[in-house]
Amino acid sequence: MKSIKKFDYYSILEKITPLIAVILALLVGAIVIMLIGENPVFVYKTLFSNAIGNRDGWGNVLFRATPLIFTGLTVAFAFRCGLFNIGGEGQMYIGTFLATWVGFTFTNLPAFVLIPLCILSAAAGGALWAAVPGILKAKTGVHEVIVTIMMNWIAASLTFFLVLKFKASPTEAMVAAGVKQMIPHTNEIAEAARLPRLYNIFKFLNIDFPSYNQVNVSFFIAIGVAVLAYYILWKTNLGYEIRAVGYSPMAAEYGGISVGKNIILAMMISGAFAGLVGTNEVMGFKYRWRQELFTGLGFNGIAVALLGKNHPLGVVLAAILFGILNYGGAIVNIFTAGRIPRELIMVLQAVIVIFVVISDEVVKRLIRQRRKVV
Amino acid sequence: MPEIALEMKNITKRFPLVVANDKVSFTVYKGEIHALVGENGAGKSTLMSILYGLYQADSGQIFINGKKVNIANPNVAINLKIGMVHQHFMLVPPLTVAENIILGMEPKKNNIFIDMEKAIKRVEELSENMGFKIDPKAKIENISVGIQQRVEIIKVLYRGAEILVMDEPTAVLTPQEVEELFEILRSLKKQGKTIIFITHKLNEVKDLSDRVTVMRRGKVVGVKNTKDTNQEEIASMMVGRKVIFEIEKKPLNLGKTALKVEKLEALSNKGLPAVKNISFEIKEGEILGFAGVEGNGQTELVEVITGLRPASSGKIFLYDKDITNYSPRSIREDKIAHIPEDRRQRGIISNYTVAENLILGNHYRSPFSKGFVLNFTAINNHANNLIKDFDIRPSDKDNLLKSLSGGNQQKVIVARELYGEPKLLIAAQPTRGLDVGSIEFVHQQILNERDKGKAILLISADLEEILSLSDRIAVIYEGEIVDVLDPKKTDEKEIGLLMTGSTTNKKLSKVK
Repeated sequence: MKSIKKFDYYSILEKITPLIAVILALLVGAIVIMLIGENPVFVYKTLFSNAIGNRDGWGNVLFRATPLIFTGLTVAFAFRCGLFNIGGEGQMYIGTFLATWVGFTFTNLPAFVLIPLCILSAAAGGALWAAVPGILKAKTGVHEVIVTIMMNWIAASLTFFLVLKFKASPTEAMVAAGVKQMIPHTNEIAEAARLPRLYNIFKFLNIDFPSYNQVNVSFFIAIGVAVLAYYILWKTNLGYEIRAVGYSPMAAEYGGISVGKNIILAMMISGAFAGLVGTNEVMGFKYRWRQELFTGLGFNGIAVALLGKNHPLGVVLAAILFGILNYGGAIVNIFTAGRIPRELIMVLQAVIVIFVVISDEVVKRLIRQRRKVV
Repeated sequence: MPEIALEMKNITKRFPLVVANDKVSFTVYKGEIHALVGENGAGKSTLMSILYGLYQADSGQIFINGKKVNIANPNVAINLKIGMVHQHFMLVPPLTVAENIILGMEPKKNNIFIDMEKAIKRVEELSENMGFKIDPKAKIENISVGIQQRVEIIKVLYRGAEILVMDEPTAVLTPQEVEELFEILRSLKKQGKTIIFITHKLNEVKDLSDRVTVMRRGKVVGVKNTKDTNQEEIASMMVGRKVIFEIEKKPLNLGKTALKVEKLEALSNKGLPAVKNISFEIKEGEILGFAGVEGNGQTELVEVITGLRPASSGKIFLYDKDITNYSPRSIREDKIAHIPEDRRQRGIISNYTVAENLILGNHYRSPFSKGFVLNFTAINNHANNLIKDFDIRPSDKDNLLKSLSGGNQQKVIVARELYGEPKLLIAAQPTRGLDVGSIEFVHQQILNERDKGKAILLISADLEEILSLSDRIAVIYEGEIVDVLDPKKTDEKEIGLLMTGSTTNKKLSKVK
């Protein structure tokens, strides 16, 4: 057969489908905005100029993107092993609670011990929670989707129980008024367990940045974890095995790779990523566990991973896009005095996901039709 | 001049990286059996897919009975009375023979209910026309592969096919079944049907066809009357050079016993006994061939030896070491190499590159890994060396394996498995689906290993392969070794009978 030296534009097309999906979704969003009776150009201009037109906006975007990077990597990493980990939510709860508990319990440790300890606890909590579905899948073949869903509920209930058990002591005002602590949150973690906000770094560098901006060091942890995920998957023999199991368990087994061991390990690493959400939400932001503070971040990770094509770089970009939409959406809501509801942004996110799935499939069929597997 | 049933004129089909069909013209006379041969990737299946409406040609015309047609999809093809029997059967296992045949074109009672009686009668008629009986009420999952193929043929006839395309129909059959299939095809020919027969096997071309069209690299290189040509000529047309058919084997030079299997038993996936009390030995420098119809325990036997399936009882020794129920990894470390029968599922990771596939099984060891980290310098050097030594094409180590032809995928497996001087080579169906050139190559590699003094366990459904390579032949039937033969003193017929269990002379599981 003759080879034609031709640019293989299909593989490029395959890689940029999310971009096409985003553009199509924004067009659909524009139609919805017009139906509401607003001007889409104005809405999108407001959204993007506020979200990424200045440093404050970027800070807010990255703060919102940080947990999504963690949960997106959770889904993406497990997916590389052929696992659909939708238990990011529960793993995130457990990891975060464990980090919080360490943070308000070992209050007399110095920062250079306590911060790493809290980060490790967050990862360990998530890893342990994810180990259960991993072990069940490896040993008995129970599907991880079922187990992770159930583990989400258990985690939600367990943390609620724990937050009541470790409820914050009443404030002086409460004591004076003779009422009990009614808010379901824990005590604050020690000062030494808190991650600095980026404002402090910018101040040191003499860069103008608002002190109230919540973006914190956790963002760098997230980027570091994305790099780590990439490194593990493509540069180590563990990653080679995990991906082999994901692509073809039978070939992996034939090649002397333990399928069960890799499923468990992949789940645990994936769960550890989810647990690290606590570094942003507690160690960098609220400094305490509050019930239902970050509900849904684990599930949004699925969309982020899908949009990012289960690649760490893609996950980071997708998380930032979701950050832009979230923050910009809130601003648009304020600027239009509530005429554009924040829910529009959720619609937009959902439409993006639908378009990603569709365009993925369309491109796949296109390729199948045009390219013969020789 | 005979009447022309089908004419494809100047068909060109381009895919992004290849021209699969380059101005192909293909003519089939009415009522003939026309063999279409060529190596893998020569463009046979593309041409037939265009005929069946699965692909659209970029240019060229198709004429059926002299009329220009436009085959946009398989439904159009079916309406034009073209039928295709695929290599992999498209049957629903839990449904009956009759139900499968009428699927999609059910005869109706009162326009609502399926008229099963009519269906069954029609199936019986069709099968009797071809000179065999079939039970229309038998479930597909309970009948043999050979019978399943007949169901496929009846299905196509039920849809009124006048032109039948058979895509490598003999790949899955025993010699007896092949003979029966040929009888059926001859009787169809007598009824005036036109048959296009895609195959790799040149003896089948000779036995069955009236004319033969040979394709190479997307082009038709020749059309011959079968009686005016011979296997050597067809083969050299296919490959583009002379092909050596006779395998030259050096004299047997036996060494120590390398593999010893004692009273081995194992269960199938369904939990039924699949390997029953099997014992044998293989010495250094010897090829022991296992002949048998697929599904008679060969798969399980190999899996048990390689650690992929637990033995329920019995022992396996590699030299003096008991390796029964060791993990696949430690068995690999003990230098048992395995060319698996299921190339796509087991042998390769199709989404991995050539380089990545070439380290599977050794990926965690030096030099390919230093600690946890993959050593890409070593991996890439290794890949480039093996690509050169084994002539893997295309020669880019970064190609995904799925983009390679079957023959080259198999070369990747063979290259990987022979690396590191294995003590025992297990080759299961090592040339299945390969073209003449690749088969020759794989056979040569296996013989080289034998001559280097390696012990080789060969499993194949292809009796010619078994007969030409093996030093001893064990025939396996329903999980038992029914006889052990000397290849010089037996023939396909005897083995074929033993393979199907039709023998009185049962020497159970004794190979000495």
